[in-house]
Amino acid sequence: MGGLTTLSGFEYVAPTDLTAAATALRDAGGRACVLAGGTDILVQLREGMRSADLVIDVKKIPELLQLEYAPDSGLCLGAATPCYQIYTTADVVNAYPALVDATRIIGGWQIQSRASVGGNLCNSSPAADSIPPLLVHQAVCHLAGPEGRRSIPVSDFCTAPGKNSLQPGELLATLTLPPQPANAGSAYQRFIPRNEMDIAVASAASWIELDDSRNAIKSARIALGAVAPTPVLAEEASQFLVGKAPTEENFSEAGVLARQVASPIDDMRGTVEFRVHLAGVLTQRTLALAHQRVQDS
Amino acid sequence: MTKKTHVTTTINGEETEFLCEPRQSLLEVLREVLDLTGSKEGCNNGNCGACTVLLDGLPVDSCLVLAVETEGAEITTIEGIAQQGHLHPLQQCFLEGAALQCGICTPGFIVGAKALLDRNPDPTEEEIRFNLAGNLCRCTGYDKIVRSIQEAADRLQSAT
Amino acid sequence: MNTPVPGSQYKVIGTRPIRHDGMDKVTGKAKYGADVKFSKMLYGRVLRSPHAHARIVSIDTSEAESHPGVFAVITTSDMPDLVDKMADLGEGVVNMAHLGDNVLAREKVLYKGQAVAAVAASDVHVAAEAIAKIKVEYEPLPAVTWVLDAMREDAPLLHDNVFTDDMGKKSDKPSNVDKEIHFLKGDAEEGFAAADVVVEREFKTATVHQGYIEPHVATADWNEDGNLTVWTSTQGSFACRAQVAEILQIPISKVKVVPCEIGGGFGGKITVYLQPVAALLSKKSGRPVQLTMQRDEVFEGTGPTPGSFMRVKLGATKEGKLTAGEAWIAFDAGAFPGGPIGPACMCVFSCYDFEHAKVDGYNVVLNKPKTQAYRAPGSTHAALACETVLDELAEKLEIDPLELRLKNAATEGTRRVDGPVYPRIGCVEVLQAAQASDHWNSPLEGPNRGRGVALGFWFNCGLKSSASAHVNPDGTVTLTEGSTDIGGSRASIAMQLAETLGITAEEVHPQVVDTDSVGYTDVTGGSRVTFATGLAAYKVGLDIEGQMTSRAAELWDCSPENVRVESGVYSHNGDSLTFAELAEKLHATGEAVVGRATVAPDGATNGFGAHLVDVEVDPDTGKTTILRYTVIQDAGKAIHPSYVEGQMQGGAVQGIGWALNEEYFFDDQGQMKNASFLDYRIPTFLDVPMIDTIIVEVPNPDHPYGVRGVGETPIVPPPAAIAIAIHNAVGVRMTELPMSPPKLWKAISDQS
Repeated sequence: MGGLTTLSGFEYVAPTDLTAAATALRDAGGRACVLAGGTDILVQLREGMRSADLVIDVKKIPELLQLEYAPDSGLCLGAATPCYQIYTTADVVNAYPALVDATRIIGGWQIQSRASVGGNLCNSSPAADSIPPLLVHQAVCHLAGPEGRRSIPVSDFCTAPGKNSLQPGELLATLTLPPQPANAGSAYQRFIPRNEMDIAVASAASWIELDDSRNAIKSARIALGAVAPTPVLAEEASQFLVGKAPTEENFSEAGVLARQVASPIDDMRGTVEFRVHLAGVLTQRTLALAHQRVQDS
Repeated sequence: MTKKTHVTTTINGEETEFLCEPRQSLLEVLREVLDLTGSKEGCNNGNCGACTVLLDGLPVDSCLVLAVETEGAEITTIEGIAQQGHLHPLQQCFLEGAALQCGICTPGFIVGAKALLDRNPDPTEEEIRFNLAGNLCRCTGYDKIVRSIQEAADRLQSAT
Repeated sequence: MNTPVPGSQYKVIGTRPIRHDGMDKVTGKAKYGADVKFSKMLYGRVLRSPHAHARIVSIDTSEAESHPGVFAVITTSDMPDLVDKMADLGEGVVNMAHLGDNVLAREKVLYKGQAVAAVAASDVHVAAEAIAKIKVEYEPLPAVTWVLDAMREDAPLLHDNVFTDDMGKKSDKPSNVDKEIHFLKGDAEEGFAAADVVVEREFKTATVHQGYIEPHVATADWNEDGNLTVWTSTQGSFACRAQVAEILQIPISKVKVVPCEIGGGFGGKITVYLQPVAALLSKKSGRPVQLTMQRDEVFEGTGPTPGSFMRVKLGATKEGKLTAGEAWIAFDAGAFPGGPIGPACMCVFSCYDFEHAKVDGYNVVLNKPKTQAYRAPGSTHAALACETVLDELAEKLEIDPLELRLKNAATEGTRRVDGPVYPRIGCVEVLQAAQASDHWNSPLEGPNRGRGVALGFWFNCGLKSSASAHVNPDGTVTLTEGSTDIGGSRASIAMQLAETLGITAEEVHPQVVDTDSVGYTDVTGGSRVTFATGLAAYKVGLDIEGQMTSRAAELWDCSPENVRVESGVYSHNGDSLTFAELAEKLHATGEAVVGRATVAPDGATNGFGAHLVDVEVDPDTGKTTILRYTVIQDAGKAIHPSYVEGQMQGGAVQGIGWALNEEYFFDDQGQMKNASFLDYRIPTFLDVPMIDTIIVEVPNPDHPYGVRGVGETPIVPPPAAIAIAIHNAVGVRMTELPMSPPKLWKAISDQS
């Protein structure tokens, strides 16, 4: 709102351990917010969509900045690890291509130097680019609160636009992504009117695992963004592919089935009709790209 | 008004101390406190790239960094790109290639392009366009910016 | 130093020297509007209307005034009463009450984002906090945001003092239609009766913004003696001075405007917004005050270009001779009267020779920001309509679209529908260059791909410019001018002085100075600066050359007529001195050499351009990718070809943005939903290809070096060229801007 745009006065703390961060968050009683990359939160604070008396910078907590990968244990990603670090790490690029696709298109490079997947998840936008990839890669969220820790599947994390299952005083510490089997590949695409710097009108992530012959799909997962109050898994479409040949026809059919979970809204970014249509198109395209990646591996 | 915090950083190679309120962005402190007005404010929400600086070597929108976050950090602004009275090849090529019209986006482009060439000494047109898509220019149509960055890359490579 | 172009008659013109202000702009040293700082300076913020249309019942500023750190709060009650005062500010007569209302609303707010009050405080955060404490009570009124709705008899009336001006005749009751324009040449009915083929289409275009990257900014210091200095980013320091003096009702000589470097304008930085407000805050606080807009304020509170509804009908014989044209054009003016309906009506058929044509135009006020000039104002809309219909005509007649244009192209002697007869113009040469281009002659293959061509015109104006220059002892010349440099004009003006004097571009030091330091100079706009201020520089050069000749004659004790001057070398009877050698002797032998000139060239310089574009459409998403783009334009004479190309490329890309994605989204309350660079989608680096350019040079007979304006024409053809290319790619005729993915996808789906 123009002249009103400002950051209201707040205190700033940068604790170095998770418990201190969680305690500060709890003690502020809803008047604190967590700062990772800041690329969403500072805009929201400035535009009055959010207000806070305390900003808790979590980038001094080593656990939240980690990026550990091993082929047999998978990926452990600190909640504040910036996108840039993810897509410049070769092992991650090979193992979780859908996630890497997303991290390369969240804002421009300047944003990616700061923005984190954890922050993108906690912001819980229906259009968040990293969430469909986290869904198809079956990420687990590890949360820390003043009372201790708990873990939940990423599919249980987002509850509504901008809302999630973090409890008061609780914050996201890390995300773990299981190791990738042989013959698996994934991809993420979004539709935007420009080619960069935009919010998804609709998006899809696909993950497929082929059998050893690579002639049949052993397992598949499809997730859609910006077509429902939260990013959603398209279970029926995913199931349809199991046992099928990885062909354009089957991918196309999966696209048609995926559209059934789309319940989008009409807004300036797109109509209901357009978004539902795009969900199908993007499902088909990401399946084809994921398949291509298996073939190329 | 919130109490001010003391911050120590290195800016363009010089240790720099300043006082700031937690709500002040790095861009605001650079421009209003330290008189480094080369970084420009175009949108104040991370969509235009005119305020691009390097934070520990990586390009960031300085409007989306709190100044208090930069304790101990190393920052490079447009004022730190030319060295010992010599323009960086990017600056020279922007001049020769007429890669600026109004010039308001130029500092952000040069800082961003330096970050790119530091990592990728021979970028393709596509790589230049992709990596600098967070920098908006409304005057040039981008054509001469691509050419000038490529020319600078050539000069840097032939110099080494 | 640049080497002259081989075979050229010129030594400097046509070369590509480094611009004089370039060094400061690549090192971050250049001082733009927001970079000026003064001791004790305060920072201001503006309170803006949340309603698209409402009566202001009351404003209570008491809490804001007592907010710690606040030094001044102002509302419209701090401004002089400007009720219905008319003033000529050089750009036509303006109703000062409207201009004042657009700076700070008086009784009603007419659009969301209209300024209502302002605060000066110790920093921007404090100012914003104080702004939030101003209490305004509004009585909301029904709003209207679509031009055809606003024209209806039962539409909410914005002003009770706006009457339709129908070619000089005033209506007897107030209306939202502030102006009607009617042009007639021949008899359109007769022309259509003679046609073998007639095509008629309706078009709609969305409101779009200039989108300069630098937000509006002004700093004012109102001294105790009543002298006011304003530092600002403006396209015209004298235009700014006149508006500020009129709005504040103070003598013009009390106002000095210091033009800062300007971060883009495209027509949008001519009108004042913040300057008078900063001045009043300074007066009230007794300190310098700086006001800077946030990006959403730029979108919501400053002038976009009109949204429009247009209907164009063309007829032609089967041989491809146009027999008649008819256009009906309605533009939204935004909240106050004025706008580019006139130019739109003059441009719509300006590229072709019509025997019979009829144009009707309507300018309509409604509840959107007051529109302002945007690069060739009105002509881009008009070209979309005319060129698209012409392409359909070519398709029906099975005539090559460039051939059809050539058959009907305007030439010297063609009389436009609005009256003027063209002097020597380059319309045909531009079309021929397009026809001969590599782009036009390269095959385009592949599914869903298409090529489009469109032609565009802009008048380019002359107006007034002043300049002076003095010769330094080292042989350099310092040039003083008043045209704010928005994209390299210091270089193009200095080069013309250098050419005239036979020195190098680097030996001229151009300075853009404030309104107390140079003679009256009109705005940097209308593609006039290289033409008109360049003409002034040329005349300054002649003045200096005359004085230098006299001084050489004194040295050689001969008559000035016997001194020969060639390429900056003065000679007589075996004696010769270069310009620099003669300059060195000036100090010891007499008075300084100072040249001056002031010009007001009449008429237009008539710029024509043709654009070629190849697109690929993704039929599954409706997204259009620009594969290849070529701009062909008559520059008359390109002084600095790099910056001419830059104008052609930049204009084309703005036009691409307008064509494909840019638009204001309003909700049903008239609230803009996308006031950010995230959702108002100007082209990014990754959205466009390289833009090829072909400069055509058909010298302008009214300029010593043949210069025509080049800045505006390049934005005219893109939407039409792209609409035509899309048709050739996927078979649908798009008649609505932007041709954004959802709309194009729908059109393709409906077709199949």
